[in-house]
Amino acid sequence: MKLLTLNFLTCAIKTCKTSPASFPLHPRDAELEIIESEINLPFLRNILPRLMWEEIRVIASELGLPSLPTTPPTREDLVEGASQAQATEQAEGEAVAEVEEVPSQTAKDLHRILLETGIKEGKLVCGNCAHEYKVMEGVANFLLPGHLV
Amino acid sequence: MATAMTPDDSQGSQRYEEEHVHSVYEQIASHFSSTRYKPWPIVERFLKEQQDGAVGADIGCGNGKYLAVNPRVYIVGSDRSRNLAQIATQHYPHSAIVADNLSLPHPASTFDFAISIAVVHHLSTPARRVEAVEAILELLKSPQQGEVAASGGKALIYVWALEQKDSRRGWDEGHEQDVMVPWVLKEKKEKAQKERKGRRKEAKEGAGVEGEKSAAVNQPESAKPAEDKTFLRYYHLYKKGELERDITEAGGEVVESGYEKDNWWAIATRKQ
Ligand SMILES: [Zn+2]
Repeated sequence: MKLLTLNFLTCAIKTCKTSPASFPLHPRDAELEIIESEINLPFLRNILPRLMWEEIRVIASELGLPSLPTTPPTREDLVEGASQAQATEQAEGEAVAEVEEVPSQTAKDLHRILLETGIKEGKLVCGNCAHEYKVMEGVANFLLPGHLV
Repeated sequence: MATAMTPDDSQGSQRYEEEHVHSVYEQIASHFSSTRYKPWPIVERFLKEQQDGAVGADIGCGNGKYLAVNPRVYIVGSDRSRNLAQIATQHYPHSAIVADNLSLPHPASTFDFAISIAVVHHLSTPARRVEAVEAILELLKSPQQGEVAASGGKALIYVWALEQKDSRRGWDEGHEQDVMVPWVLKEKKEKAQKERKGRRKEAKEGAGVEGEKSAAVNQPESAKPAEDKTFLRYYHLYKKGELERDITEAGGEVVESGYEKDNWWAIATRKQ
């Protein structure tokens, strides 16, 4: 399960959802896997404003991944030499739109962490009720035992 | 067609759906998935209309066929069947998890859009169907203060219709709405497969829009019926106006609704 998914997950127990402690879920005993994929700049740019950056930093650090910068990257940070390209665009208009954008190291790191790194086996734990959800073969299971439904 | 006897208490309903919906899909997952590849036009249109970078949820995503429609959005799919969710995880850049549609593990008011295709009709009581719609609406971003309801997140819900007299099943107005629908799982026999090959095209054309395979359509005379296994799935067939009523009761507002090939559909938002 790619880490980006965690940005949109919380505890399945209704009474937990209103508690801030239920988000994000915390990985435990996680075995990570890398599934490589082609970097998609427009996708990263679009998802950027949706990221709960502080929470993603917490998850990354809990998983022992390289620490993320304290402030979220901007859209411009994702493209190599973006400021320069913008200047040319103003001067030459449409012609520049054809130039292929080169992903910056920031974009590559973000892609690696959010889309290529996944939890293969392990648990996701609710910070409010401590319920554990199992991740098996890369799929997280949120079905609740009968007494918790 | 068998009429379904549905229990009326909540515990009983859960057990009933476990036996007559969840466990069936788990067992037929791979075969079911191989018949689910063509998106329905209304669903395809809805997904393609979403803005680039929109974030959505696919409640009851099955094998994830709708995850592949628009790669410029990000969708978290969920399904009650582990086997189907596993198949759905293959659709990059999207995600898929195992979850119950009445206990979804998503933060409320987060999603730009949601779809729930051929799912709500599997719940066996009116209250649970309304609850399922509520659970979908709850995921959506609320409309901004002072704006029209349509400015919030939108959900597309799609259910099987009672009125389908021209379909192979022939149900229509006035018929029983709670039914058991068979799924015939073919026993894998190489010889039988070969015999069937020549007939495959014919079978596909004969099948209903949902790609349902039944004994009547997909059964070559030469095959031994004893080798096949029939599973019965519970369905509540929606009659005209019923989906809209469920949405209103769940606190939603219907933006657009209609009928497409044996199914009722509606696009809904949350009320302000
Ligand atoms: Zn919890």
